[in-house]
Amino acid sequence: MIYLDNSATTQPHPEVLKSFEQVSTTFFANPSSIHQLGGETEKLLIKSKQQAAMLLNVHEDEIIFTSGGTEGNNIAIKGIALEHQGRGKHIITTEIEHPSVYEGCKSLETLGFEVTYLPVNQDGVVSVEDVEKAIRKDTILISIMHVNNELGSIQPIREIGEISKKNPKLFFHVDNVQGLGKVPLSLDDTGIDLCTMSGHKIHGLKGTGLLYCRRGVKLFPLFHGGEQEFKIRSGTENLAGAVSLVKALRLIKEREDTEAVELRKLSQYLREGLKKIDKVVVNTPRNAAPHIINFSIPGLKPEVMIHTLGKQGIFISTKSACSSKDLDESRIIKACGYNQSRTKSALRVSLSYDNTEEEIKTFLNKIVEAINQLKEVME
Amino acid sequence: MEYDHILIRYGELSLKGKNRKKFIEKLQQNIQQKLTAFPDAKVKRTQGRMFVLLNGSDPQPIMDQVKNVFGIHSLSLAIKVENELEKIKEAALYALTNAENIRTFKVAVKRINKGFPVRTHELNQIIGGHLLSNTESITVDVHHPDVEVRVEIRGEATYITSGVVRGAGGLPVGTSDKTLLLLSGGIDSPVAGYLAMKRGVQIEAIHFESPPFTSDRAKQKVLDLAEKLTKFGTSVKVHVVPFTKLQQKIFQETPDGYGMTVMRRMMLRVSERVCQKEGILSLTTGENLGQVASQTMTSMNTINEVTNYPIIRPLVTMDKDEIIEISKAIDTFDISIRPYEDCCTIFVPKAPKTKPKRDRVNYFESKFNYEDLIQEAIEGIEVIKITDKKKEEDAFEGLF
Repeated sequence: MIYLDNSATTQPHPEVLKSFEQVSTTFFANPSSIHQLGGETEKLLIKSKQQAAMLLNVHEDEIIFTSGGTEGNNIAIKGIALEHQGRGKHIITTEIEHPSVYEGCKSLETLGFEVTYLPVNQDGVVSVEDVEKAIRKDTILISIMHVNNELGSIQPIREIGEISKKNPKLFFHVDNVQGLGKVPLSLDDTGIDLCTMSGHKIHGLKGTGLLYCRRGVKLFPLFHGGEQEFKIRSGTENLAGAVSLVKALRLIKEREDTEAVELRKLSQYLREGLKKIDKVVVNTPRNAAPHIINFSIPGLKPEVMIHTLGKQGIFISTKSACSSKDLDESRIIKACGYNQSRTKSALRVSLSYDNTEEEIKTFLNKIVEAINQLKEVME
Repeated sequence: MEYDHILIRYGELSLKGKNRKKFIEKLQQNIQQKLTAFPDAKVKRTQGRMFVLLNGSDPQPIMDQVKNVFGIHSLSLAIKVENELEKIKEAALYALTNAENIRTFKVAVKRINKGFPVRTHELNQIIGGHLLSNTESITVDVHHPDVEVRVEIRGEATYITSGVVRGAGGLPVGTSDKTLLLLSGGIDSPVAGYLAMKRGVQIEAIHFESPPFTSDRAKQKVLDLAEKLTKFGTSVKVHVVPFTKLQQKIFQETPDGYGMTVMRRMMLRVSERVCQKEGILSLTTGENLGQVASQTMTSMNTINEVTNYPIIRPLVTMDKDEIIEISKAIDTFDISIRPYEDCCTIFVPKAPKTKPKRDRVNYFESKFNYEDLIQEAIEGIEVIKITDKKKEEDAFEGLF
C-alpha cells in the first residue's frame, strides 16, 4: 500500500495508541470526581496541559482540548461572534477556508452577521493589503487558515498578525490543522488570539484536538454544562485522547525538527516528476507547504484516476476529503482563477514524514501508465 | 577546548573551625546526591577547594542543580590545564570569549605554586595582552570589569575561570541536626522549612489531616510541597497525623473563640511527642507575627506554653509579600494556593480570640482528658518518605 492521503487523515502512531490505551485502562476516573482516583486523573490532565503548553511555547491555561479541527474552528468563530456581537457583527475570512470555517461563517450570516470572503491570487494566497482594507469599525474577527488543505498554499499569517496587533478591538483566529508539524508557526507575540489544531492529521487519533486561546480572550461557549475546560467546553474530559494528542504533538515536533529537509526534498522530487508528465498541470504554487501537491489532468474525471490507482494500492484524493462528497468543481482551485477544465479535474497528493522516494517513484510510474491507458476516453 | 570543571567556593563554612571537615564532607555528599542523573560527573576535593569533574557532561544542567545546594557561596565553570604558559593563555582566551555580553575584562592571576617560572605581575600582563590582541572591541577595566578571568596556578595544575554564579548560601543540610516542620499546606510553612534548611537543618514534616473534613487532595498538596523541599536537601519524611477525633472533641469541649488556640496547643503536644520518638530537637513553624488571630503575641505566648522545645519561626518578622516572593522563588506558591480545605480552615470559629489568656485556656482544657485521643492520634501516624524522585512521574511515565 502506498498511502498518499495524509491531509485527509494519518495513520495513528503506535506510541500514541499505547498512551491512549494505558490512560483509558489506568486513569479512567472523572477528573471532576473529588475522590482519590479523580484526583489522580485531574493531575494527569494538568500535566498534559503543561506538556502541550511547553511544546507550543504558550501558557497552560491557554490550552483547550477539543474533539478536533471542526470543533476548534466552530468554538473559535462562533464563540467570538456570539460573545462580542455587541461591539460589531463583521467577520473577515477568505474564499479558500476549510468548510468548518467557511460554512461556520455562512451560518453566522443567517444570524445577521456580515462576512467578507477575501479572494486569493493564482497561487492561492490572500493579500495582506486586502485584509487591512477589509477591516471596518464593526469588524470583530479575522479568521484565516495557515496552510490550505487542498492546495498547500501558505497564508501570510505573520503579517496579518501584525495587522491584528494594530487593531486591538478585533480577534485573529488561525486554522492551523494542515500546517501543524509541517510549517512552523509561532504563537508567541504574533497577534494570534486563537489557533485550531487537530490530532488525527499528525498521527494522533480521531476525536482529539486542541484550541489555543490566548489569555484574556473571551469566548461564548457552544456547550454548556459542567464547566470543564475553563467553561469553554463542558463535557467530561477525554483524558486518554488529550494525553495521546500531546504525545502525537511531541512526536511530530521531533520529526519536524529532524526531517523537514527530507520531506522538502521528497516534495520537490514529486513535483518535478509530475511536471514531466504530459497532460499534467501542477496547481500547488512553488513556495507552498512541503506535504501537499495538487495537480490537474484536464479532461479526466478525477474519480477515474482515484479508482485506477486505488486498484493498485495507491491512495490519493480529489479535492479535500471533507468536500469530496460534493462532486462538482473545487471551490479552492476555482478561487485561484483557474478554468473548469482544471477545477473539475484536480487531484491531491499529501505526504507524511513516513513516505519514501521509492513510493513516489512508483506513484509517478503508475500515473503515467494510467494516463496512457485512459487517453482514449479523455475528452 | 571546553569547560571541564565546576569550581565550588564555600561560604561561611571556612569559618567553622574544628567542624570544618565535617561540614565539607557533608557538602560533598549533598552535591553528589544531586548529580545522580549525571553518572559521569564526580565531586572531588583538593586543598580548600571543591570541584565537579564534568567528564564530558553538559555543564549547564549540572550548574542549575548544584546552584540550589546550601553551603555554596559561588560557582564558576573552569578549565583545567597543565602548568604551561601557552596552554594557560589559550584557556584564558577560551574563557573570555565564552562569556556573554561583555565589553571589559580583567585578568587576576593567583600563583599558589611558587615554583611556576613566571611571576604573578608579569603573568597578568602576558595573559591580558594575549586576550587583547585576540579579541575585538573588548577592553581592560581593572576596577569594574564585566568579567574577571581568574587564573589559579596550583601545584597539580592551573584552573581558569570566568564568570561567577551565586550559590544558595547557608550551610550544608544535615550539619545542624533535625527539626520537625509543621506543614499545613499554606504559603508560609514551606517557606519556613526552606529557610530552616538553609541553616543546615534537616527537616521532617508533620501534617494534621482530618478526613473526611479534609480530602486526599489536601494531603497530596502537602506531599507535593514536601517534594519541592527535597530539592534543597535530602529526602523528607512526612508524619501524617489522623486528627479528626481530637479536633472534633476540642471544638465540642471548648467555648467558641478558644477552639483554635486549644487546637494549636494540641498540635504542639503531638508534635513534641513525635520529636521525642524520632530524636528531633526542635519544631519549626510558619508563624508570622500578627498575621491572623492565632499569631498575635498573646496567642503565641499561650500556645507556646505547652512545650519547652525550641520553636524556630523563620518568618516571624517578615511581611506577607516577602514570604510570597520566596515561595514563588522556591516554586511552592502555585501548590500552596490550591483551594482545598486543610485542618486549619475547618471548624473555624466566627470570631477567634485574638488575646487568648493562658489561665482561661488551661481551664477549658482541664474540663476534658485528651490523653487517650492524643495517644490514639500518635499511634495512627502514617509516615511517608518523599525522595527527590517524583512519584507521579513514575505513574505517568511514557504517556507523553
